[in-house]
Amino acid sequence: MSKFITILEGLDRRWIFLAMAISVAGPILFIGITGKTLPETPTPTARAVYKEIEALSPGTPVLISFDFDPASGGELTPMATSLVHQCAARGLRMVFIALWPLGPQLIDETIKRVILADYPNLKEGVDYVNLGFQSGNESVMKVMLTDFAKAFPITKNGVAVGDVVALKGIQRVDNFPLLITISAGYPGAKEWIQYVISSSGGKIKMVTGCTGVQTPGLYPYYPVQLNGLLGAIKGAAEYESLVNSSLAPKDSSAAVPAKYLEAQRRMGPQLGAHLLMIALIILGNIAFFAQRNSKVRATS
Amino acid sequence: MKRLVPMWIAIIAGFVMLLSTFFPITESLGETVGEIFNVVAAIAFVLGAGSLAKVNLAKISRRDQGWGYAAITLICFTITLVVGLGKIGVPQSTQFPLLGWSGEKDAEGSIFGWIYEFALVPITSTMFALLAFYVASAAFRAFRAKNLEAILLLSTAFIVLLGRTFAGVVLTGWLPDWASGLRLENLSVYIMQVFNTAGNRAIIIGIALGVTATSLRILLGVDRSWMGSGD
Amino acid sequence: MISSTLILCVISLDSSGASVVGLANTSITVAGSKADLRGKIPLNELGQEISAPPAAISISAEDVAWDAGGVIKVSWQPAAGTTSATKWIVERSEVLAAGQGAGQGAGQGPWTLVAEVPIAETNAVVSKLSPDASFFFRVTAVSPNGSSAVTTTKSAATGHWNFFIGAKLPLFCAILLVSACVIYFILAARRGRPMKVRRIAALEAITDAVGRATEMGRSILFVPGIQDMDNIQTVAGLTVLGNVSRTAAEYDAAIEVPTSRSLVMEAAREAVQASYLAAGRADAYNADAIRYITDEQFGFVAYVSGRMVREKPAACFYMGCFFAESLILAETGNSIGAIQIAGTAESSQLPFFVAACDYTLIGEEFMAASAYLSGEPDQIGSLKGQDVAKAIAAIIIILGVVLATGAAIAPQGAMPAALEWLKGVLGS
Repeated sequence: MSKFITILEGLDRRWIFLAMAISVAGPILFIGITGKTLPETPTPTARAVYKEIEALSPGTPVLISFDFDPASGGELTPMATSLVHQCAARGLRMVFIALWPLGPQLIDETIKRVILADYPNLKEGVDYVNLGFQSGNESVMKVMLTDFAKAFPITKNGVAVGDVVALKGIQRVDNFPLLITISAGYPGAKEWIQYVISSSGGKIKMVTGCTGVQTPGLYPYYPVQLNGLLGAIKGAAEYESLVNSSLAPKDSSAAVPAKYLEAQRRMGPQLGAHLLMIALIILGNIAFFAQRNSKVRATS
Repeated sequence: MKRLVPMWIAIIAGFVMLLSTFFPITESLGETVGEIFNVVAAIAFVLGAGSLAKVNLAKISRRDQGWGYAAITLICFTITLVVGLGKIGVPQSTQFPLLGWSGEKDAEGSIFGWIYEFALVPITSTMFALLAFYVASAAFRAFRAKNLEAILLLSTAFIVLLGRTFAGVVLTGWLPDWASGLRLENLSVYIMQVFNTAGNRAIIIGIALGVTATSLRILLGVDRSWMGSGD
Repeated sequence: MISSTLILCVISLDSSGASVVGLANTSITVAGSKADLRGKIPLNELGQEISAPPAAISISAEDVAWDAGGVIKVSWQPAAGTTSATKWIVERSEVLAAGQGAGQGAGQGPWTLVAEVPIAETNAVVSKLSPDASFFFRVTAVSPNGSSAVTTTKSAATGHWNFFIGAKLPLFCAILLVSACVIYFILAARRGRPMKVRRIAALEAITDAVGRATEMGRSILFVPGIQDMDNIQTVAGLTVLGNVSRTAAEYDAAIEVPTSRSLVMEAAREAVQASYLAAGRADAYNADAIRYITDEQFGFVAYVSGRMVREKPAACFYMGCFFAESLILAETGNSIGAIQIAGTAESSQLPFFVAACDYTLIGEEFMAASAYLSGEPDQIGSLKGQDVAKAIAAIIIILGVVLATGAAIAPQGAMPAALEWLKGVLGS
């Protein structure tokens, strides 16, 4: 026993890294081979996101801001896919923007993955438009409050926004009844709330999907300033299961494409990682108490 | 003089931004100040790139330890800059076919797009994924039940860790509906929404007041240490 | 009595074979007033409208008070009952001189679309109009079956320019109040009133950390966050850098500052140079030790972590705005045995710094660091003012909790009214 404690006390962090790699890789391989995912029970915050989008009538414009980059893509891409999937199925007019420089490419990838693949009848510039990246962080948001076209004068493809059918009737950001942000940090959901939602006098509703680290910081804004919240992969998996179950054809048993199961597939590795963390914390405490007892004994 | 001018620039720009929030007459001035900042930051990039080149070139010429890394940095920097600015391999824009260089720098098939997709995305994702490993080692070292507060923190961590996965459903899914509030997944939401939110609000209010006081010290010229020591 | 009517019904079959009814009429006036078309529109066997939706009964436009001008709120009253319409289209026209605008209505020019709003809404705020110019407005309900008749405002409305944005008055008053508290105590401190500030262990440890680096003959690493100079946390980080570099200059310890923004590099160089000058060690200042790495978050982290592992600095400072990189940096610092002091106002990153660093400045402590380190009475006074503002915020929170609880217990008493009053005062 004492040998075990000695090993624990001097445990090289590389063993922990190896254990983490195994506990994550195991479920990835298992799910990859079997295709099985764990069931999800949606929590109220995820249900709220689904309900807010479902409440909009077809043709309503929604502003979708991709405020993340490929680094956090692993955590945020699945929810971006599901959000665009629901909006496209609902027939909403999707206006994509990015306040992070690498956001426009992620928008293009999502459009390609969801809209071009499964909703080919939706027309670019009419049913959806990618306005690309604009630098300036909060100042872009402030400009949008008074003049949307000034904040985003051209689309990513260089077309003047005045000529874009999808932006008909959009003068200011509060002409969008719903703002969807996918956020990995600064500028992100918090800045949208502080600069746009609080200045719009309740005219715009906002739902957001964010990284796990950001989630605790956004709960204080829910449900008044923030109408729905998807926290990390867990939130994405809950929402994804909601969207999939509502969009599944009633008369068919066709399997859901893997791209619409990405979040639920990632819950397996998350389970492995969380269980390892709990085990590590328990082991760490065993070592701590053993060390303390031996000190007490030595003193007495 | 060297410090008086920047101080006054900061004071004037700060007050303009503040007033533009409330007084329409200064709204466009506020936007202009924001735009000036963006332009200055963009120009400063030249200084940054210059510093990067200088430091790495010096390292190579002195054959410092690890000078090979400096060479790799400079080579990658130059390649990305050239293919990005030169739009090498970028197909002509269908929107403006008569204008040269009108295609998007990161369009499909371009070298810049390739670098983005096959170099930048995997590398940055790998760095982000390192967090999982560091979180595990930090948890192993830091979560020790030293006192009552630490025990409470530990118990909360267990509930949230289990509640955010299927393990929570397996362990407490059998609880009847009238006790569903005690299911781990619901407990974890309750902890996040009530205890965590209350604590966060307190920290946010404190930070907001701290930001106001700091801004005021700078705007009034009381605190000048951001330009060097406070003398 | 129908005074003037032009109704053109076009009935055809669409590709799916369903009947489509198009209703094209300019306006229907029944006994001098707008008529509700409901009940007169053909319905299918399910009772759904298969023709154009009914028009709005009335419309009005008024200036939005206390704003920057050029903003008019258009409100309308929809026809009673449910409708298949999906949205309202709001259009505007300029006021033309008499005799112009033939066919558009007297004095009304060509119509321009200004807003599209969901059918559930009954108003739209139209902005970007020329301030102090007058406009007519009209709304049309649109459904998949066609558009309703238009309803036009009787008179033109003007969006007047105002001096102050009224909606922001509570925020303005809050800023004035906090500023007044801070300024009062700065002045009080200048008049010689003694100010006491509690000991902040993390800031006391700076000297020890720099001293340790000197003893070990290793460098000090200072990371001022990953945001630009427009972030107040970066500015707060640089104020601490000024102090750390002065101590480093006095102890003759080497300091290294990697930055992820070019502008921060320049500002950091100014701060460090001034500190070396103040310490009488201008010769020891090395500008190349303060260098720009990359704007890319994880590229920056890769460099700093690699540097830490190779150079093994004895003390690491993380002061500024951090995101996911906080834990990577702090864990790497921990693995090389460095003394680590962190400070940030990013509440989501605080747990990581607390877990991996020796000392952490939490939120407002970080903001107070500069004042604390300077020891100047007027800066310390500003902290006192901040505390008073915090006390006021606490009183308002307690008052709000008491009123909200009271209103929930006794919904008929004076409490709900008092709660509404408080909400109104606070602008929420």
